[in-house]
Amino acid sequence: MARQATRRSPRRSATRVTLTGAALQRGTSTVRRSRGKGWLRGYFKGHFQALFLSLGRVSRNPLSSLMTIAVIGIALALPTGLHVVLKNVQGVSAGWEDAVQISLFLKQGIEVVEARRIVEKISAMTSIEAVVHVTPQQALGEFRQYSGFADALEVLDENPLPNVLLVRPTKEASEPLLVEPLLHELRNLPSVEMAQLDMEWLKRLYAIIAIGERGVLVLAVLLALAVLLIVGNTIRLAIQNRRDEIEVQKLIGATDAFIQRPFLYSGLWQGVLGAVMAWLLVTLSLWLLHGPVQQLSLLYNSNFSLGSLESVGVLVVLVAGGLLGLLGAWLAVGRHLRDIEPT
Amino acid sequence: MIHFENVGKRYAEGGEALSGINLQLDAGEMAFLTGHSGAGKSTMLKLIGLIERASYGQVIINGKNFSKLGRRHIPYVRRDIGIIFQNHQLLNDRTVFDNVALPLVIAGQPHRDIQRRVHASLDKVGLLDKERMLPSSLSGGEQQRVGIARAVVNKPPLLVADEPTGNLDPALSAEIMNLFAEFNQVGVTVLIASHDIDLISRMGKRVLVLDKGRLIDGAGEQGEVRQ
Repeated sequence: MARQATRRSPRRSATRVTLTGAALQRGTSTVRRSRGKGWLRGYFKGHFQALFLSLGRVSRNPLSSLMTIAVIGIALALPTGLHVVLKNVQGVSAGWEDAVQISLFLKQGIEVVEARRIVEKISAMTSIEAVVHVTPQQALGEFRQYSGFADALEVLDENPLPNVLLVRPTKEASEPLLVEPLLHELRNLPSVEMAQLDMEWLKRLYAIIAIGERGVLVLAVLLALAVLLIVGNTIRLAIQNRRDEIEVQKLIGATDAFIQRPFLYSGLWQGVLGAVMAWLLVTLSLWLLHGPVQQLSLLYNSNFSLGSLESVGVLVVLVAGGLLGLLGAWLAVGRHLRDIEPT
Repeated sequence: MIHFENVGKRYAEGGEALSGINLQLDAGEMAFLTGHSGAGKSTMLKLIGLIERASYGQVIINGKNFSKLGRRHIPYVRRDIGIIFQNHQLLNDRTVFDNVALPLVIAGQPHRDIQRRVHASLDKVGLLDKERMLPSSLSGGEQQRVGIARAVVNKPPLLVADEPTGNLDPALSAEIMNLFAEFNQVGVTVLIASHDIDLISRMGKRVLVLDKGRLIDGAGEQGEVRQ
């Protein structure tokens, strides 16, 4: 090689090659091997091109792309929808959450004044956060207002309702182990007719919700795997369909990164569009449920209304969809692109 | 530019496609590679295009020793070698323009340059008016010229062609060969595999003759010394 160089300085003449045409003369030097300063710009430009090239491919096969996107959408919509349902159930019960409350029904015939003294006594206990005194008068008023038996109550000579003390223990005393002895203590007070702690069912409800959450998580993981496989398989087929093209590109000096970029981006597109589809499906389902739920909550005299997917949730679904699509494509590309070499 | 040192290629199926090849082709030279079918012409071009690797010996192209080249570097080496294939290897779902532009797109050239250089390249092979057509709608000779335009568009110092006139009539073949000679005149090193002996002899260039995997003529000074 050294000898060759001294003889004719080949590198010089070779790199100065200009194809005879006048037009080519104009487009001479500078552009060969742009791996210097413009490298980063070229890098982003390459990605930009691939981003739109892949979107073009997705849109050129609308039917098959739509099918893939729909499958991904349904797979993502299931855990998302269940998540929204759970969130709503939690929303309904959220008001009760820290309300471990003991209702003390005082004995019949205890005067309001005496009841006040008992309130003070109980309030002084260290494990008690607050005590609300509901006098028979107040209780009757509430009953009249909400029960719809106002007319019937007019018939009564005297107020049959007892003094009720709503006792709220402190946070520490609300622990199941501590609340039981407290309940026992209060129940044994001489003026107390009945003490009621009816939070058991709430605990059970929370336990059920916790199971539901875990279930949704497991389902989400399984369906995420499904999305990976769907995207991976779609990309694998796309690679096989473009086998010739990939060979030609390799022959004229395309790097693996260049060849795989459009495939990675089409995985990304499929994932993101699938996530959009999932969001639409969930929104549509909630919209369909909205009317009946409204009716039910009216029957319960509640102003509860079905909450939709919050914006953070939408973002999470979109990002998750995109990442899953990208990962699925990456796995497929890693496995299948290397096998294709020109022969 | 092309330097082979005791190069051989064995295939797993048995049989040695090339054995003990010594060859020196200087920059700016133009040479033909000829021989019967199965003499090893294609194998030799595949070694130059890094499509296959030599079983033994050194292949040094454009100062790069291929036996020491990692997989990662192959694409960059290929960009310096314009290869013209017998079966054109064009993408039939893209226009002539896009096919010719592909090497520039791969190299990440700016859009403006791509347009100008593709046009210059197509102008050179006389297909400027067909840039919007698909390769499949062109004749065999035209497709071959698209392949040539693509091979030269990024101005590689070395052009390698495998039977570029394989399926063309004599007049078209001569036209294509003259095109290669023109590239050679501006300094491009050209190596063309062909078995069209008449045409080759009329060109009056160096001729390398392969027979049963051995270079029996035209090896150049170095090779001759060894033999």
